[in-house]
Amino acid sequence: LDPHGAPAIHMEHLIIGIVAICTVIWVVVMVMLGVALLRGPRAAADTAKSEAWLAMTVVAAVAATVIIIAGLTIASFYTTRDIGVPKSDALTITVRGQQWWWQVFYAGADATPGFQTANEIHIPIGTDVHLRLESADVIHSFWVPSLAGKQDLVPGRSNSMLLRAEKPGVYRGQCAEFCGLQHSHMAIMVVAEAPADYDRWAASQRGDATMPADPDAAAGRGAFLAKPCAACHTIRGTAANGTTGPDLTHIGSRLTIAAGLAETTRGSLAAWIADPQTLKPGNNMPMVPLTSAELQNISAYMESLK
Amino acid sequence: MTGRDSTDSRDTGFNDGELDHRLASVWSTPPGLWGALSSVDHKIIGRRYISTAFVFLALGGLLALLMRLQLAQPEARFIGPDRYNQIFTVHGTNMMFLFAVPVMQAMAVYLVPLMVGTRNIAFPRLNAFSYWMYLAGGLLLWIAFVLDTGPDIGWFAYVPLSGPQYAAGKRADIWAQMITFTEVSALAVAVEIVVTVFKQRAPGMSLDRIPLFVWSMLVTSFLVILAMPAIMIASTSLILDRLVETHLFNPAEGGDVLLWQHLFWFFGHPEVYIIFLPAVGMVSTIVATFTRRPVFGYLAMVMALIATGVLAFGLWVHHMFVAGLPRLGESFFTASSMAIAVPAGLQIFCWLATMWAGKPIFKTPFLFVIGFMVTFVVGGLTGVMVASVPFDTQVHDTYFVVAHFHYVLVGGAVFPLLGAIYYWFPKLTGRMMSETVGRWVFGLIFAGFNLTFFPMHILGLRGMPRRVYTYQPEMPWSALNLFISLSASILALGFLLFFIDVIRSARSGAAASSNPWGASTLEWATSSPPPPYNFARLPVIGSLEALSDQSTALPVATGLRVDRRELLVSSVVEAIPEARESSAGDSIWPLWAALATTATLIWSIFTPWAVVWGSIPVAIALIGWFWPKGVPEDES
Amino acid sequence: MKDSATLDLTDLPSHGLGTASVSWWGTLAFMLIEGTGFALSIVVYLYLMSLAPHWPLDAAPPDLLAGTILTALLIASLVPNIFLARWARSQDLLKVRIGLIVMSLLGMAPLILRVFEFPAMHIKWDQNAYGSIVWVMLGLHTTHILTDLVETLVLTCLMFSRHGDNARRYGDVSDNTMYWNFVVATWLPMYACLYWVPRL
Ligand code: HEO
Ligand code: HEM
Ligand SMILES: [Cu+2]
Repeated sequence: LDPHGAPAIHMEHLIIGIVAICTVIWVVVMVMLGVALLRGPRAAADTAKSEAWLAMTVVAAVAATVIIIAGLTIASFYTTRDIGVPKSDALTITVRGQQWWWQVFYAGADATPGFQTANEIHIPIGTDVHLRLESADVIHSFWVPSLAGKQDLVPGRSNSMLLRAEKPGVYRGQCAEFCGLQHSHMAIMVVAEAPADYDRWAASQRGDATMPADPDAAAGRGAFLAKPCAACHTIRGTAANGTTGPDLTHIGSRLTIAAGLAETTRGSLAAWIADPQTLKPGNNMPMVPLTSAELQNISAYMESLK
Repeated sequence: MTGRDSTDSRDTGFNDGELDHRLASVWSTPPGLWGALSSVDHKIIGRRYISTAFVFLALGGLLALLMRLQLAQPEARFIGPDRYNQIFTVHGTNMMFLFAVPVMQAMAVYLVPLMVGTRNIAFPRLNAFSYWMYLAGGLLLWIAFVLDTGPDIGWFAYVPLSGPQYAAGKRADIWAQMITFTEVSALAVAVEIVVTVFKQRAPGMSLDRIPLFVWSMLVTSFLVILAMPAIMIASTSLILDRLVETHLFNPAEGGDVLLWQHLFWFFGHPEVYIIFLPAVGMVSTIVATFTRRPVFGYLAMVMALIATGVLAFGLWVHHMFVAGLPRLGESFFTASSMAIAVPAGLQIFCWLATMWAGKPIFKTPFLFVIGFMVTFVVGGLTGVMVASVPFDTQVHDTYFVVAHFHYVLVGGAVFPLLGAIYYWFPKLTGRMMSETVGRWVFGLIFAGFNLTFFPMHILGLRGMPRRVYTYQPEMPWSALNLFISLSASILALGFLLFFIDVIRSARSGAAASSNPWGASTLEWATSSPPPPYNFARLPVIGSLEALSDQSTALPVATGLRVDRRELLVSSVVEAIPEARESSAGDSIWPLWAALATTATLIWSIFTPWAVVWGSIPVAIALIGWFWPKGVPEDES
Repeated sequence: MKDSATLDLTDLPSHGLGTASVSWWGTLAFMLIEGTGFALSIVVYLYLMSLAPHWPLDAAPPDLLAGTILTALLIASLVPNIFLARWARSQDLLKVRIGLIVMSLLGMAPLILRVFEFPAMHIKWDQNAYGSIVWVMLGLHTTHILTDLVETLVLTCLMFSRHGDNARRYGDVSDNTMYWNFVVATWLPMYACLYWVPRL
């Protein structure tokens, strides 16, 4: 744990406290055990007296247990309150779990349209962010250890949690509830940045995909639209409007592809498109047969979608 | 109908040798395969049950090693995700449903009738039936796994991942139906134990003279009776959702996915105490014997057992702290989960007091108890940690939880169990296990266990989720994982040595006397292993320590018939004799009933009509089972 | 170890009845298991109801007729059942035979009524969760009646066979009557839940 968000910091304090207390309890019990086993020959006499004394000790130990657990309960109750659900005016982001990637919706406001991204959340630092957690299929769990505890994404329900980062940085998270074959490869990146950077990022994400200048990439665009890719993916500003897979409008700007599988580079994109089932066995993207030129062009196009 | 019929023959008329001969001819299981298949002797069935459970332990352990092999390195390609998911699901399911719960019940099947001084368990045929059902359930799971259709949904099979939409094929059905098998057998054994303890205690064994192990099994059996129906409802509902399109767990049609979790954990939490409480009873027994004094605070220990049993039903939500339930309600479950530390602590302190006041003798069973104290307290304390909501939101579903539950399951239940095997082995087989090898076994398992599982706490705190078939090299987890995998081989070596020792000792261990440890409970009053009728004359109990006074003769009761299987029914509280009751003879029908039920249940994975057609052979088998055969046991 | 005889059991009865019988306790334990199951099914019903925007989901409340007659019939069946229990205790073979025949018939009648109860629910099991839980509950209880009926029929045959006149059989009959009381008792909360809760 490397806490950088208020909820995570509260928890860190609690965790350190509880672990410390429990370690002390364990040591005390072990010392008692050691002494009980290894103390010298027992005096045969005064058994009645020592039985009474033992009874007193046991009662005292039980009383101590009661006091300690009462204390721990109260401490965790107050910490729970501190990490509670944010105020309603906080920035709200909707995260939808999908087998095995994260769909992220930023709501629009008034004139500004909303937009969609995948496997990556940007948030401004020092602000409470309200996450609405939903699921498209099975139960997932959103967990970015450095920022906050986890919360499940339950189909048919909508959960809330508070996310807050104090320092800029990229915080990795991962699905924590077993969700099927590729549960292991379902990471998410939370990019916390200064509010100005955040606004710039949001503005660029809001925009449609740009027409690539590079000829390779332009050819890739054509190939993308001609091949089955567009049936599953959306690229705003083009005819591609599939909804099965992640929105690719700004894929080139994301840090990783395939939910944290690899960094976004032209090479990794090409490798992924060429054979998704080997890289992430069982995932829901089929292998689309492409010539090597098409593959190169499409990868170039993807990379250009900043 | 009271009094002495002129025709029957009683034990009063014979000398010892003649009596043994007569009783043996009435109670013995006939030799040969047919005899073996129709036996209803609780000792034969108990031994079978225990051996089968240990086979499942070994198989489950192999799966654990496979997982550790895969996780030793990041992005290893040794096992693919599909197989890995089957492996951890079968490991967890097997360990919980086919090893831990049955093995504890099996120990009770063997020991409880001996410890309460009766000649067979109540409902002996049901006992045979429950073993066959258990075996069938185990075979179902393992055969499916070998055929690559093992369940892959985790041992708690959360919907909708296990539901009709996301778990195609028959894998999830096999999981759910395996639950039905183990459920039926566990419930049957629980009923047998409750009735045996209530009604078949030796005269004079009033409630306050019941050995602690028997108390623990009594409380456990009640937990089984009250908790298992929840999983029965859950697994049946899952099968219905999958097979006939009900919508109980389908949110689109008014169902709810969290309903599954509530039902599962309403059973699942008591389940862990179903595993743990028998172990507590074993610890109490071993502590008493190897400190040469009764356990300190008998009444407190019994109250602690009962309190744990009651509280066990009030904690289930602590497995659902991140599912999005109201925070206030969750805080209640934090409080109740922590409260269970009080009875647990009370027991720990009482054992410590016993050791303090007694004279410890460091034999292998006692070593395992010491190992238990060390590791269980760690596991209990990590349990208290995860009972705190904020703490749990960080470590839930990580290796921290994996560490917690292996500490309580292995440290808290398997260690006492291994101790119990060393302790009762002479009674089970008539032979002693090796003390030298036993020390090695303990050392390897204790060290291997802690080296394997302690680092998992750290992995969990560093963010490694559970149930991942692999992890990325850039995560700070690789070194510890490698270390864990290497340590697991030490643990495996320890278990291997244990199995070797068991097999070797069973064949050629030193012959055991009737009471090799100088213990004070009733099972040691008869020979090792006991004769088919357990006690030639039923013992009469005058104190908690039935055999404490070795110098005088054991008081016994006489007057039972020797020309039929007869045992004594006594009153619930005071154990005052009420009736001489016959005990069912050997029968093949329980096996037929189990086969018919098995066929029905497996068939019903494919079509609901199986239940209709299958009920016919089941009914026939049951009628064959209960229809009187005109043997002396059928008369009154 | 040597024994010393201190207690003579010779004059104990060779079969216990009621609380002195092992099978009585066994029956009680199985009733506890099933009772827990039924209670849980009611809890599931109420749980689903608490989540639903309106209840029953997309269906009219069930028609009362069949279910109410069945309830009345079950309650009425307690009378002969209690008599049968009494006759079994006094080991009166003839009366027990008659009682068992009556109880067999009274076991079949509710099954016939049950056939009309399912359609009275106005919903199928596969329509929505309300339908599912209603059918599950009815199905559970039907199995319950059915198993007891089979047991009663077998006992009836037994009592007409040469094995009939035997204290052990009378014990079985009296356990069977206890079980029937339980079948009736579990139905009452289910009836209230299935028929009246949707009308609240
Ligand atoms: C034998 C089995 C067993 C036992 C005995 C326990 C005992 C306890 N457990 Fe554990 N558990 C068990 C088996 C499991 N638990 C689990 C998960 C689990 C979770 C959910 C974690 C999560 O999923 O995020 C919680 C909150 C607990 C809490 C507890 C508590 C409070 C106890 C208490 O009973 C411990 C009490 C003992 C103590 C405390 C030590 C002795 C007391 C002393 C020395 C007195 C002094 C102590 C104090 C002052 C505190 N358990 C799971 C995971 C299931 C899954 O997800 O797959 C399993 C299998
Ligand atoms: C013998 C040594 C054992 C080893 C090395 C071992 C190892 C493991 C590992 C590595 C996991 C985690 C798998 C994952 O999350 O991917 C696991 C899960 C589990 N183990 Fe063990 N285990 C052992 C014994 C036991 C025993 C004795 C029990 C029960 C009494 C048990 C019960 C479980 C359960 C319930 C799970 C959870 C399965 C799931 O997530 O569905 N284990 N074990
Ligand atoms: Cu629990």
